[in-house]
Amino acid sequence: MLQLSVFMENTSGTLTAVLGTLKENNIQLHAISVADTADYGICRMICDNPQKAFKVLEQNGVAASLSEIIVLEMKDVPGSAADLIALFAKSGLSIAYLYSFHYEGRQALAFRTDDREKAKEIITVNALKEIL
Amino acid sequence: MSRDEMSALQGKRLHKVVSYVYHNVPFYRAKMQAMDLTPDDIRTIEDIVKLPFTTKQDIRDNYPFGLQAAPQSEIIRIHASSGTTGKATIVGYTRKDIEIWSECMSRCLTAYGVSREDLFSVAYGYGLFTGGLGVHYGVENMGASVIPASTGNTEKHIGLIRDLGVTGIACTPSYALHLAETMEALGVNKGDLKLRIGAFGAEPWTENMRQEIQERLGLKGYNLYGLSEIMGPCVSYECECQNGSHICEDHFYPEIIDPATLSPLGRGKEGELVFTTLTKEGMPLLRYRTRDLCSLLEGECACGRTEVRMGRIVGRSDDMLIIRGINVFPSQVESVLLGIPECAPRFKLIVERIGNLDSLTVQVEMRQEYFAQGFDTLAPVTELEKKVASKLKSVLSISAKVQIKSPGAIERSQGKTAFVEDRRKLK
Repeated sequence: MLQLSVFMENTSGTLTAVLGTLKENNIQLHAISVADTADYGICRMICDNPQKAFKVLEQNGVAASLSEIIVLEMKDVPGSAADLIALFAKSGLSIAYLYSFHYEGRQALAFRTDDREKAKEIITVNALKEIL
Repeated sequence: MSRDEMSALQGKRLHKVVSYVYHNVPFYRAKMQAMDLTPDDIRTIEDIVKLPFTTKQDIRDNYPFGLQAAPQSEIIRIHASSGTTGKATIVGYTRKDIEIWSECMSRCLTAYGVSREDLFSVAYGYGLFTGGLGVHYGVENMGASVIPASTGNTEKHIGLIRDLGVTGIACTPSYALHLAETMEALGVNKGDLKLRIGAFGAEPWTENMRQEIQERLGLKGYNLYGLSEIMGPCVSYECECQNGSHICEDHFYPEIIDPATLSPLGRGKEGELVFTTLTKEGMPLLRYRTRDLCSLLEGECACGRTEVRMGRIVGRSDDMLIIRGINVFPSQVESVLLGIPECAPRFKLIVERIGNLDSLTVQVEMRQEYFAQGFDTLAPVTELEKKVASKLKSVLSISAKVQIKSPGAIERSQGKTAFVEDRRKLK
């Protein structure tokens, strides 16, 4: 799935401006997650039209980017996230960031690992359901 | 020496140095010829106003040795100070220059009360910077014991000051405060030290800083002024009155001009300080514009010296910043950023005094295209920060904290000076 990432400074109004631009362009968000350091942060989003979102943000002078991210379907029961992540940890993969959301009636887990090829392999071997 | 005797000596020396550069420096000959001047037009010190000015840009345009008057075989030392675009200002000294420098420096030390019995520590940087070696030679010349401590390793330095019974020190005023702070952290009491004289310079400082340094280190702090283009530390010094700095005007003739109109201003008026070297052989300069703003004080000093005094430096007529004793021009930062495609050459400099040390923060805008290449973590941003910091360090010679800003985040400004926010309270 394509993820939209936005670099933003830790000042008030930055997030509002970005989300406002997306709203004006009728873009629907499925997931949003913000990580921060002392001076700046990164906002990651899953939306219905990432290419369009990227374009409008770019036109507004925002530092944005698109990247492929792994999104797995999870069962809506206790322990499903724990089991999924354990599969990757067992193979020595580390996770840079992770967030979960509801997507078209399904529970979804989005994350980034340091080794995408290996992650794909684990998905195939374990017959995990990837949301593309 | 009476004022009349001084003027006569200055006039004689001025005529000599003008003839010397006229015949040895094509730059000055061309300038004087364009003004229809010959050395014979310069007979008294009052004639100095007829002469052309020299700027830092002139030195840069003639890099590296274009303004040198003495043949290379006569040059025995070369110093360099930072330039605005990575090119340094090169200054060559003849043996006689070094002797005069040492003599003037000894004059400063004597006024501070240093004698042959003193142990004097030099905590300016040794190297291309004139601070370290300049003071060092002055101390040796007058026969006191010099301790070439240089900068860094403050704890070891404090140990030496205590164990050897060091009585005098030369450093930047901010380093003096850092020394006091480190001492206090180590539990070293000022009563354990024999320090009584401090020579402070290479950066602007205030009366409040003087009081604080004197109180915390238990010494008397005196101003020491100089610039490498003219000589180095020794150009002017405070006496026991601590009321203005006496200029070694038999060697460095001072004028105050209006930086806008370039016309000379009278005693007591604040303007740009200009120096003419009266005895220098290596790289003599006529009416060199220091860009330092101050005034020449009226009246005689209570100490009895008749040399003219200059007041505190109250600012600059250009955008140069002095950070931890190092000259920093915003244009240097700009040139570094122009060489880093990930950044827009848009920046803001913030200078602060944190604790007692100057700190420089460079805010710079990241380009959209850099982030747009699929980045989804902050790692590339921190990498960019490190890259900018390391390139800045190599050009500026001081460490700066780099803050990456989003595109368009830095306010657009009209004048260059708006790029700088100096939060230090120096006035």
